[in-house]
Amino acid sequence: MTAPVTVIRPTRGWISLGLGELWAYRELLYFLVWRDVKVRYKQTALGAAWAIIQPFFTMVVFSLFFGRLARMPSDGVPYPVFAFAALVPWTFFATGLTQSSNSLVASQNLLKKVYFPRLAIPIATVLSGGVDFVIAFLVLLGMMAHYDIALGVNALWLPALLLLALVTALGVGFWLAALNVKYRDVRYVVPFLVQFWLFATPIAYPSSLLGEPWRTLYALNPMVGVVEGFRWALLGTATAPGAALAVSAAAALLLLVGGAYYFRRMEKTFADLV
Amino acid sequence: MSETAIRAEGIGKHYEITHLARRRHNTLRDSLAAGVRGLLPVWGGGRRSATRETIWAVREVSFEIARGEVVGVIGGNGAGKSTLLKILSRITEPSAGRAEIRGRVGSLLEVGTGFHSELTGRENTYLSGAILGMRHAEIERKFDAIVDFAEVEQFLDTPVKHYSSGMYLRLAFAVAAHLDPEILLVDEVLAVGDVNFQRKCLGKMDDVARAGRTVLFVSHNMDAVRRLCPRSFLLERGRLVADGPTEGIVSRHLARAGGPAGPDAWIDLDTADRSGSREVRFARARYSGEPAALAGQPYAGGALEIELELVAAEARPLDSLAVSLRTPGGTRLVDVDIMEHGQALALTAGPNRVRFRLAAVHLTPGRYTVGLWAGRTSGEAFDYLESAFELELFAAPYGGAARASNGLVTCDFSVTHERAAAPV
Repeated sequence: MTAPVTVIRPTRGWISLGLGELWAYRELLYFLVWRDVKVRYKQTALGAAWAIIQPFFTMVVFSLFFGRLARMPSDGVPYPVFAFAALVPWTFFATGLTQSSNSLVASQNLLKKVYFPRLAIPIATVLSGGVDFVIAFLVLLGMMAHYDIALGVNALWLPALLLLALVTALGVGFWLAALNVKYRDVRYVVPFLVQFWLFATPIAYPSSLLGEPWRTLYALNPMVGVVEGFRWALLGTATAPGAALAVSAAAALLLLVGGAYYFRRMEKTFADLV
Repeated sequence: MSETAIRAEGIGKHYEITHLARRRHNTLRDSLAAGVRGLLPVWGGGRRSATRETIWAVREVSFEIARGEVVGVIGGNGAGKSTLLKILSRITEPSAGRAEIRGRVGSLLEVGTGFHSELTGRENTYLSGAILGMRHAEIERKFDAIVDFAEVEQFLDTPVKHYSSGMYLRLAFAVAAHLDPEILLVDEVLAVGDVNFQRKCLGKMDDVARAGRTVLFVSHNMDAVRRLCPRSFLLERGRLVADGPTEGIVSRHLARAGGPAGPDAWIDLDTADRSGSREVRFARARYSGEPAALAGQPYAGGALEIELELVAAEARPLDSLAVSLRTPGGTRLVDVDIMEHGQALALTAGPNRVRFRLAAVHLTPGRYTVGLWAGRTSGEAFDYLESAFELELFAAPYGGAARASNGLVTCDFSVTHERAAAPV
């Protein structure tokens, strides 16, 4: 049997993403996700309820201010469920982005003491948010039942839309996590970025407020595609996947690939800088 | 056939260190301007006078290690030992050179890598195992052995944050010790825990070394390196300055690093860490073994003489004067005090000489720390040096003891043997 040969030398220029190695370490990825899920709500009084509290109360506030006071149009569905259907994928994205941007710094002990593909750290962090998503999604189904909205065949699109949210969160997460190792400014940027992004995404309002061609251009923000896709798939709004979703998906992929390459390029300095 | 497990060619790693020169601000306006620039270091930084220095932590290190070899890496602080290990375990990237490693690599750079305090012992075993590179099935198979070794069975489902530090270390080491890659890179992990635990870890390392695995072992513990590694590297300021049989390398290192001072030389104690009122003060000390053997070097089981020079502020009786021998970890093994004999010394003002003679030191060969105490019988210290100097006990020059004892202390013993009656 020939033993595997590892070659260690300085890397120059572009390097491969190392996806094969990442795959070889999939068990570790699984354990990291499992750890994050396990410790997520340890020593909290409300536990997993936090997965619901945040999006739910944001929905309540939006319903009061935008729905009631500002009389925001909601594409013909009751405003609360209109907002919540957007907030569920949004919260998954925002939490994933926030936590993955801090993931490398939070795991600096591991970075300095043991080798494994570093991409596993932000990936595991984003994936572990999936549990929160499932809990919040169940609440969303409950709300739909309350408003007598039946689940249609369009719901089959949901996994693809969720994947788009995941890809976006990972893409941005890779960039921010790698930057955060060198520039801790990132931790001050992230809350601002998330807030800004929230309003740049049609969560409190429908994207039907915009006319073409702005609407398609607007979809350069991948979360536009995700949020409007969710509404279409669950609530039957007139935002069926089309050009806008394609634009969103392309933008998300670009973010992901760019982020992954940037991450890999910076990776060699992590253990020294963190 | 000796196949190469690790081949390194000209491995180097440098860090750039930026020194920011402090400039004086002559006017308030200058200071304010500098302050504003300081708020935006990315843009303002360029204008400050900064000197860059390149420091090579490891430089032009080349070697070959054959499969199954156990090699020690020694050197002073900052010699580049840990950096070399980090490069070989791919935690950090070299700036120059190339290395080829043949086989599955496992690295053990600390005890408890990947432990999470909120998780239970069982969960952490799986998590840490996975992080160190074990497969799930492998951990499952070794789980009982790990728990056995760590002796934490009844606490398996308790979060490790409630563990005592000893339990935590035992479990963490147990997980790491059951990692069995073809090539193992180990850094100082044995320098933790109490003496018994260290012995246990060393024993485990012995097994690993004997199992035919390739091991690179970084340590400050010369005794451990001697025991485990037939071959050693000596690093000095990032360079590999010697490579060969461990005995020679260790003595070369000790001679340079000023390790334990040799016998019969006065050791100045003025700069040692101490506490006490200094009414009586230890000025210097020297030690020696049985004069004839080993050029005055003390040996295990032999006599040890320690001569002390004490300076008393005024003439006074001294009721408690003690010499202790400790492990490098600080465990006190021997403590001889004149108080035990009810003996008082009438010190004269100024320097006094006192000679202790320990008739037979029943300790195993290795390095020990000598502690000194002078004080009142009530426990009030005049001068207390927990670690005054180090000495090394060598293996006995006679008797042909083939194997060092595993215990901390030795004991004279004999064995008789006779034919037993056939069992009824």
